[in-house]
Amino acid sequence: MSAPTAFLLQLALALVLAPLLPGIINRVKAMVAGRHGKPLLQTYYDLARLLGKGEVISRTTTWTFAAAPGVSLAAALCALALLPLGGVPSPLAFGGDFLLAAYLLGMGRFAVMLAALDTGSSFEGMGASREAAFSALGEPALFLAFLTLTSLSLDLGRGVADAGLDVRAAFSLSALFNGDMAAFWQAGRPELLLAPAVFFALLLAENCRIPVDDPTTHLELTMIHEVMVLDHSGPNLAMIVYGAALKLWFFAALVAGLLVPPLPLWEHAALSVLAVLGIGVAVGVVESAMARLRLTRVPHFLGVAAALAALALILTQAR
Amino acid sequence: MHSFEYRQAVALDALPVLDAAGLCGHILDAVSSGWRVLALFALPEPGRAATAAGECGGPERRPGAGLCCVLAHDAERRLAAARTAPLAAFPSLAEACPQVQLFEREICEEWGILPEGHPWLKPVRRSPDAPGGAAREFYRVDGGEVHEVAVGPVHAGIIEPGHFRFQCYGENVLHLEIALGYQHRGLERLLRARAGGDPRAALRLAECAAGDSSVAHATALCVLRERLLGLEELDPRTQRLRRVGLELERLANHCGDLGAIAGDTGFLPTSSWNGRIRGDFLNLTAALCGNRFGRGLLLPGGVAWGLSPEECADILARLTAAGRDAAGSAEVMFGAASVGQRMRGTGALSAETACALGLVGVAARACGLERDARFHAPLSELPLAGADAPRTGRSGDVFARALVRRAEMADSLALVADDLGWLAEHPESVAEREAALARTMAASGPLPGRRLAVAQVEGWRGEICHVGVTGPDGEFLALKLVDPSFRNWAGLALAMRGGQISDFPLCNKSFDLSYCGHDL
Repeated sequence: MSAPTAFLLQLALALVLAPLLPGIINRVKAMVAGRHGKPLLQTYYDLARLLGKGEVISRTTTWTFAAAPGVSLAAALCALALLPLGGVPSPLAFGGDFLLAAYLLGMGRFAVMLAALDTGSSFEGMGASREAAFSALGEPALFLAFLTLTSLSLDLGRGVADAGLDVRAAFSLSALFNGDMAAFWQAGRPELLLAPAVFFALLLAENCRIPVDDPTTHLELTMIHEVMVLDHSGPNLAMIVYGAALKLWFFAALVAGLLVPPLPLWEHAALSVLAVLGIGVAVGVVESAMARLRLTRVPHFLGVAAALAALALILTQAR
Repeated sequence: MHSFEYRQAVALDALPVLDAAGLCGHILDAVSSGWRVLALFALPEPGRAATAAGECGGPERRPGAGLCCVLAHDAERRLAAARTAPLAAFPSLAEACPQVQLFEREICEEWGILPEGHPWLKPVRRSPDAPGGAAREFYRVDGGEVHEVAVGPVHAGIIEPGHFRFQCYGENVLHLEIALGYQHRGLERLLRARAGGDPRAALRLAECAAGDSSVAHATALCVLRERLLGLEELDPRTQRLRRVGLELERLANHCGDLGAIAGDTGFLPTSSWNGRIRGDFLNLTAALCGNRFGRGLLLPGGVAWGLSPEECADILARLTAAGRDAAGSAEVMFGAASVGQRMRGTGALSAETACALGLVGVAARACGLERDARFHAPLSELPLAGADAPRTGRSGDVFARALVRRAEMADSLALVADDLGWLAEHPESVAEREAALARTMAASGPLPGRRLAVAQVEGWRGEICHVGVTGPDGEFLALKLVDPSFRNWAGLALAMRGGQISDFPLCNKSFDLSYCGHDL
């Protein structure tokens, strides 16, 4: 099987399985709380239901509002198309594509924020303001973590040899997340384990999970992400829900890509999928075990993530 | 002012009739020396000439009414009351004594008597959307970067309607104004018409004053009637059964509140468990009287239901199990550092503010005020099995309100267990049953004329106060219900001032006030 075909198959697997991830989180939370909980496949049912529904659009909104769900979904799809799942490099990979992926997600967020402002609702305006503030604070952590990986990749020249790509391609997601990093920390570089920890913290922050946001609350005044999509309905809401699932998958795959060691093609892919789903379980456990942070404390949380990323960078360079 | 022991009914003619300025002066003097205002209401004089409706009243003309004020001194367990002759206006006390501001607005709305110089004279209850509802202006903060957030009256959860208007600077709340009245049913008017002649029908109405405080409101109305009639203290069985009802209500609601506070912090375990445990406590109330919210438990002069020793044992066993679960659930919640961090310092109120606003109940005790009607106005001489002083906090924040609830649950468990033990050991004899029946018949009789009595009952939310004044024919001239929510909503508004708007739901839940109890 050629590499692009294998990658496409793995991408398709991610697209199909992504809505399972919120289901797993909810199921874990329910089990810890002693409840039966929603079905595992609830997100699929929700998507099917929403796609079959009509839509209500506020008269105060403009095309910005209507375009946002499509933009955010497309951005998440493109970002996911740059990320390897089973060690196969993406056909779209190029040096520095992690910047593109990060800002594709940023563009999707920007579109949703604009749509939220477009509704003119005070709730959604507050949500957009919070989302903007916290995502800006999350960026340093994200790029410091990427910097750690790229510096190591450059030092060791491993991405070049294994993937058969040129030097610049060592800076691509495909080279950074193909399992080499996992092999390094297993070979006695434990400081590299800080990177998946940082990505996990960012996963919680970027996907509106506890302790940063509470995805199950119905209280508009405390919401961050959920409040921005209150006015969407029908197929547009389905796009937002699916886009959110993809984004969650993207971040979980970032963590998994640093934990799963290099293996033969499909074994690698299978283990990666298991790792991603396992991260869903971990998110569920975190949400069951702790309360949400006060909103003014969220910057501290993101600051600690950035500090950990900086520490990882220093430790990798100190060797 | 005429001072009397809290259980006494006093003759209306014993109250001094002052002029408006005299009454206001007396209230200010008393409040500065440790008294608090239990109720300030309009007292109509039948047969007097009608006065014109005031500024904020409707166009209709109403019979002339004077003011009547009841004060309480908790430490001395004494009340004081005075009234005025019918009047059309009086100098407002709201600036000097903020705890009367809502009473003054209510008097203006209901009777057209104008509190002159009231700083914020708006209707209390009339829904802003109702036809003929007075135009409602909200307090506004000007400035290019100040924004206004309007929440409600339709909310995202399954709760009652109420409107909240925030003036915000970014995430910071500069001012919160709460506009209620959407649940106004004219309950006081209905009760006034019925409570004299048909006490049992009136009880069913009182149970609807705030559905989560059914037992407490019914108890207050029964006690008011018994005090007006001058009934001797009731038999221990009745007192204990009433206390079991009250404390089970407290347990169920405190348990639900702790769960809801945990839910609003995003802490799932306690949130889920307490939802179930609250149901266990409600089911115990159902085992007592056939209704999970305690409706139909009370009768004037007695209770409608008894417990056999076997039922007592069954309820006690289930109570012990539920109490153990609730204690464990609370321990998990208070043991989680993230929950404590979230609650500490959120929505803090100082004891001075709480005292000035006249807060009652859990909200007041969390600020350090020892206000618990079970201690300063006990309904009976029964021994207290729990603490010997009200449970208080210090910090006045969400954490303190949650801690007070947790401590009170332990006390309530001990009280109910004690009462059930006594009831199991003293099965009701035939003679006792006949005596109880005779007492309820006597308590349903006509009321004596021209008397005033007060009933203070510590509901789970705080002190419920019913003040009744009978006219010459024994019908009620005035029947004033003061639900703790009526006093405490102002506390929530001030607790939010200077806070974060994202903390509002948590803060709101920690007060857990009733909309219909306020709106009546």
